[in-house]
Amino acid sequence: MSEIIFRTEGITKVYDTGEVKVYALAGVDLELFKGELTVLLGPSGSGKSTLLNILGGLDHATEGRVWFDDTELTEMTDRGLTKYRRDHVGFVFQFYNLVPSLTARENVQLVTDVAPDPMPAEEALGLVGLGERMDHFPSEMSGGEQQRVAIARAIAKRPQILLCDEPTGALDSTTGVQVLEVLRDINERFGTTTVVITHNAEIQRMAHRVIFFQDGKISETRVNTERLAPSEIAW
Amino acid sequence: MQAIDRKLLRDFQRLWIQAIAIALVLACGVAILLTSVGMYVALSETRTAYYERNRFADVFSHTIRAPLSLVPEIAQIEGVTGVEPRISGHAILDIPGRTRTAVGRILSFPESSNPTLNVPLLIEGWFPDPTDTNEIMVNAPFAEANGFHPGDSFSANLSGQKRSLTIVGTAQSPEFIYTIGPGAMMPDNEAFGIIWMSERAAAAAFDMTGAFNEVALSLAVGTATEPVIDALDELLEPFGGLGAFDRTTHPTDAFLDAELNQLKGMAAILPPIFFAIAGFLVSMVMSRIIALERSEIGLLKAVGYTNTEICLHYLMLAGLIAVVGVLIGWVAGTLLARTLAWQYAQFFNFPYVIFHVSYWVYAAAGLAGLATTSLGAVQSALKAANLAPAVAMQPPAPPRFKRSVIDRAMTAMRLTQSTIMILRSVLRWPVRSLLTSLGLALAVAAVIASIFINDSLDEIVDLTFYQTNRQDAMLLFAEDVPETVLEDVRNLPGVMQVEGQQFHTAILRNGHRTKRVAIDSRRPGTDLSRVLDDQGEPIDVPPGGILLSRRLANHLGVKDGDQLETEFLSGRRETFELTVIGLVDQHLGLGAYVDLEYLNALFRQAPQISTVNVTLDDSQIDALHTAIKDIPSLTGIIEMNVNRRSFQDTIENNIVVMNTIYIAIAVMITVGVSYNAARIQLSERARELASLRILGFGRGDVSYILIGEMMLIALIAQPIGWLLGAWIARAMTNAFTSDLYAIPLVLKPAVFATGSLVVLGTAFVSVMIVRRRLDRLDLVSVMKTRE
Repeated sequence: MSEIIFRTEGITKVYDTGEVKVYALAGVDLELFKGELTVLLGPSGSGKSTLLNILGGLDHATEGRVWFDDTELTEMTDRGLTKYRRDHVGFVFQFYNLVPSLTARENVQLVTDVAPDPMPAEEALGLVGLGERMDHFPSEMSGGEQQRVAIARAIAKRPQILLCDEPTGALDSTTGVQVLEVLRDINERFGTTTVVITHNAEIQRMAHRVIFFQDGKISETRVNTERLAPSEIAW
Repeated sequence: MQAIDRKLLRDFQRLWIQAIAIALVLACGVAILLTSVGMYVALSETRTAYYERNRFADVFSHTIRAPLSLVPEIAQIEGVTGVEPRISGHAILDIPGRTRTAVGRILSFPESSNPTLNVPLLIEGWFPDPTDTNEIMVNAPFAEANGFHPGDSFSANLSGQKRSLTIVGTAQSPEFIYTIGPGAMMPDNEAFGIIWMSERAAAAAFDMTGAFNEVALSLAVGTATEPVIDALDELLEPFGGLGAFDRTTHPTDAFLDAELNQLKGMAAILPPIFFAIAGFLVSMVMSRIIALERSEIGLLKAVGYTNTEICLHYLMLAGLIAVVGVLIGWVAGTLLARTLAWQYAQFFNFPYVIFHVSYWVYAAAGLAGLATTSLGAVQSALKAANLAPAVAMQPPAPPRFKRSVIDRAMTAMRLTQSTIMILRSVLRWPVRSLLTSLGLALAVAAVIASIFINDSLDEIVDLTFYQTNRQDAMLLFAEDVPETVLEDVRNLPGVMQVEGQQFHTAILRNGHRTKRVAIDSRRPGTDLSRVLDDQGEPIDVPPGGILLSRRLANHLGVKDGDQLETEFLSGRRETFELTVIGLVDQHLGLGAYVDLEYLNALFRQAPQISTVNVTLDDSQIDALHTAIKDIPSLTGIIEMNVNRRSFQDTIENNIVVMNTIYIAIAVMITVGVSYNAARIQLSERARELASLRILGFGRGDVSYILIGEMMLIALIAQPIGWLLGAWIARAMTNAFTSDLYAIPLVLKPAVFATGSLVVLGTAFVSVMIVRRRLDRLDLVSVMKTRE
């Protein structure tokens, strides 16, 4: 676990509302390693999601630089970022963001249709334990199932990185644990670098490394010598 | 099929009512384009084919009496390929079972039974036997209106001799597509017919043995008509030539042309309006869809869809709506065009219709529909494409409201919170509110622009039949007669009041501008047939000049006080410079008036008349008709109430159809605009309204907000619609003005009220349909849904 996949140098993100400037990120230096499962922990508004958006090529940093492998993301055009997302990144969101008019299988196909080397949608859904419910619409599924569809959609392209923004935030404890199991399974089976944002302190115990955020900065980084299985976590 | 395309189809399925409402508006545009172009093509191609197949002549002339020996000379005019002389005259007919007289236009049928020009197309029976002087053929509409079939007979007063004629055939002719009797204003097939009889019989009846009084010429392709007309006029002048004219002046052709122009106008004005509304509706709905699908757009971007793919995705949704609209428009347009083309064929007495709409018309209508909807969607689609993905995933910031003078005013007026919500929403999106209003205003305008015609025509009827032509009947003489005839007419049964009038065919010239008209001369103080000034007061034509209707003056480019060269084609065929001594507004025909005494002084003769206007005692009408049937010098009688009824019937039939179509169109536009606007408003306000319900507002209270905003916008639309409607009505009256008539612009309050009622009523029903969704609002789930 030595190869660096992400490196950031002094990135800041400023939201200028005209009257006041809000620093969402105030100079973050960070390294993430291949195959690592990292948890970003911090209260609301501490800058976790902003960082994740910048790493995932969804947003631009106001200042500073970001590298993915040897590629500098901060220099890319919108077109380059689109290609980067399409080829390398899988996203999982707090509110699943499934397209309500598409079935589970079709939601996954949304990604497999455009990714360069995807796995079949059925296989991805099988991996998250939804092989039986592929033809259900989001409205016919529970929150946990919807989030698993979202994970299947994220991993179907065989991404190098999986970025998860509060993946259990909208779920109860039992369902949340199931989702975390899937994330750990993917991380171990495919060696996918996984970043999980949460403000739930318990989840940090399943990570290789935990990065604490406070006021747009990293306040502390901790390496877990002993990781817990998701089933051992409860909140 | 890709998942994103499946999303497209399912989105369309979900939006289908809104989509159909838009598609129908678009379909209207496509259908009207196809119908007007289809009918235009059908009418003009049928006309061309009919002209060609039945060898409709290129140049026509009437004379008093020319010898047949002149025919070879006429044939030698350069460019002339065929000459068909014939004998023509009018006769009063006595039709069995009909007390009222009918008038027949008698035409000689060549000895050879093989006319070379203006060939009648036999519908029933056979051509009249050249050796039998009692056999005739009549035009099919006349036969149909009177229930005639070959074998039936009626009698006619032919130059003083009452003769029984037997119908052996019925026919149609390109010359008589539009048959209008002498002095009549509208076709009346029951009272006016065309009668072909053997040359021998016609010559005997009108004293034309070895002579002709009408001639038709065909010209080689590419021959200019002007020199031929001049040469023909020169040849016929010694024989009382009444001035040759070409096809474009022929009443049939002129009438068809007027009709074709109207169709062209319809094709140019209406479809763009529908396309614009459809485009606007698409833009309205698309911008809402994109607001609702904000997070889905963010997601598509997050997983790597490009801006182009996302832009296309939303454009294709608009494209689907366009495809549905275009398909409905194609089907409806084809059916409508076909049906109307046949109706036209019947109205014009075409024996057949050549109906085909070229593929390019379908293609152009389809492309126009697709282009306008895409144009409507493109702004929203681009907005979707340009949404920054990280921003798109966040719920949108609440719309900014700022306190303004209006807000302070609203507070001062102590309006309820619900009313303030309505007003603020309208003011917060002024462009959208205004465009929605504009859409509804167009619907109001569509109603106004179609139904105002009713009042305009009432005005025409009032002016023409109750103010200008107040006589009960006009008696027409074959030739000018001395004024003493008035006494004879006064002695006819039932006649109460008599006044004389004289008509002269003349060519008016001002530089290169010329117009062939019938100059009307009468004595001052006539009370039955009157000329009205601009204020509607009767005026006398002052001696010493010519009084013109304003349209005729415009056509000739002359004004009050100008000199006008006037060439009389009757009598001694003299040319005078007459002073224009006044202009009057007129709606039917191109009137030109001269004082009777002044005119006859110019002709150096005692006053003569050609028409007698009479008022009648209704109880003695039958006796009068019986008496007239035996007066040889009379060629016809025009009963004004029959004229008026036929005018009203013909126009009313067309107008009822047109009004229905336009009101249906207005309803469709209103449903399209208000249903969509209300749905969008509901979707934007669902959380707000649900919150209000949770706070204790009743259904009625929240319905008020939804209905109130829509109806406020509909109310704002009314004055705009009135203005637009009045403007379109003015444009239409100008566009429809032809030599035959001008439509006066009469805009009564009731017309505006009808337009407003139709649109406000439809808008209310539409918003009530959307309102029902408020009852189904699941308060808990709405509050849980993330924006």
